[in-house]
Amino acid sequence: MDYSSFLQMREELSLIGVMIFLLIFDIFASKNLIKYFQPIAFVLFAVHIILNCVPRDAFEVAGGMFQYHPMQTYIKTILNVGTLIVLLQAHKFLNNEENKIKRGEFYFLIFSTLLGMYLMISSGNFLLFFIGLETASIPMAALVAFDKYKNNAAEAGAKYILSAVFASSISVFGISLIYGSTGTVYFSDLATLITGTPLQIMAFVFFAVGLFFKISLVPFHLWTPDVYEGAQTNITSYLSVISKGSAVFVLFTLLVKVFGNLIDQWQPILWGLAVISITIANIFAIRQKNLKRFLAFSSISQAGYIILAIISGTAIGMTSLVYYVLVYVFSNLAAFGVLSVIEERTGKVALDDYNGLYQTNPRLSFVMMLALFSLAGIPPFAGFFSKFFVFAAAIDQGFYVLVFIALLNTIISLYYYLLVIKAMFLTKSETPIELIKSDFPLKLSLVICTMGIMLIGLFSAIYNQIAVFGFGI
Amino acid sequence: MSELFSNFFSGSIPMEAYLGISLIMFFAGVYGFLTRKSLLMILISIELMLNAADINFVTFNRYLYPERLEGFYFTLFTIAIAACETAVAIAIIINIYRNLNSVEVGNLDQMKE
Repeated sequence: MDYSSFLQMREELSLIGVMIFLLIFDIFASKNLIKYFQPIAFVLFAVHIILNCVPRDAFEVAGGMFQYHPMQTYIKTILNVGTLIVLLQAHKFLNNEENKIKRGEFYFLIFSTLLGMYLMISSGNFLLFFIGLETASIPMAALVAFDKYKNNAAEAGAKYILSAVFASSISVFGISLIYGSTGTVYFSDLATLITGTPLQIMAFVFFAVGLFFKISLVPFHLWTPDVYEGAQTNITSYLSVISKGSAVFVLFTLLVKVFGNLIDQWQPILWGLAVISITIANIFAIRQKNLKRFLAFSSISQAGYIILAIISGTAIGMTSLVYYVLVYVFSNLAAFGVLSVIEERTGKVALDDYNGLYQTNPRLSFVMMLALFSLAGIPPFAGFFSKFFVFAAAIDQGFYVLVFIALLNTIISLYYYLLVIKAMFLTKSETPIELIKSDFPLKLSLVICTMGIMLIGLFSAIYNQIAVFGFGI
Repeated sequence: MSELFSNFFSGSIPMEAYLGISLIMFFAGVYGFLTRKSLLMILISIELMLNAADINFVTFNRYLYPERLEGFYFTLFTIAIAACETAVAIAIIINIYRNLNSVEVGNLDQMKE
């Protein structure tokens, strides 16, 4: 057998290289060198991003088990950039006295989940897909419970891993039924073998639960607010952006590539999920007093909007999905960056604590405002364009009612995003949060996010570049 | 039905028997997950569900597609993944026990609104 074909899996191999180097470095480096652990990790990871950001020709490894398509380079690069921003924001947290010893684990766990997402994205086979899904979610549970002396973190970790494995065991039961009815687990063979028999439809419904759980659409969202609140804020941002972004991409590819013949069954399912996700998450977000829970519900409703891109099942839908994830990474990470630095320094996460933030921290509140405007979809910012393309993709396939409901919900979402902005800029407070001096990595991450929010919408070249590979599957 | 029994006593067990057992195991797991009060029992219920899927894979492979091996391989990987998941879950449960001195689900209510 020719093993050299495995060398084509460059993204995975270079990420594994970075992981192993950091692990060995963390164990064996001397006291003088270990101070530079985080800068070295940033540089290595940045090199990894740059090396892998150019799309290559499509290829297959291991008899179609691993399938590469140029579109995957884009989504992987977006996830990489998001991960880098999360790591930059976590810099201060990991330099604390009590966390210093656990730095290596943090990086190793984050990169393991990222590797799982890579495998999930590139899988051409349900076995590799399942391994990727689990590699992405099991280390994530360890990350959620990272702060082991905090009750909330352990509680969140238990809730996450039990519900994640519950969802994925339902999912693997569905895969077993698909295997039973077709005799194969390869995507390329399944496309023609899945014809819409009742058993296959039931298998699809079982299977889809695992992915819906990871995207946290509404009937499967109950873990989201608790886990987001209990986990450390940087982990929360990773969970809400990177994990979700990879899952929506995979859901789209699987629906089109494997379950293409069941389109009459899955379109109504997604229709219902999108409507209840957006509506219920918006209604619940209004009454949140804790900003982490607030952003959790906001991310559920954003997931509902992404479903609008998936439901079309066309090349435009694919392009708008990747574009939406790109914009969502920057907007959400900017909001979480501000949130994490304030929680890290002062321990305040309630909405009322943010009263009068503008007087003491004008720049942080400005970044927060941009992020929330972008999430709400206000015109000059990137969030408007991503929502626009998503709606256009759904309109293109004739989902007028769905788009109308989504548009109405945009107005509700504007209300609760503005509540935060009102608290920061208009409400006066006797005891505002004191001036926070942010360190360089955090500043860098916020600058990257701000640039992303301001510029991505204005350069149409980005959308066109993504559209080149249209159907990235 | 009589055919099922005659097959059973003549030594060849029909495929439906295995599938029935796996289905019962799966929904027993779902029921256990939703009703049990102890984190450890919930974990065991999840294991039941994963093993039900394993039985399905092996049965389908043995009876319907005996010339291939995909189902067997899938089972091997699922078992390994289930072991990883149990290890992490047990670690988290031990941590909860250290913090709260109990593994009852009812005590995990600090973050409800």
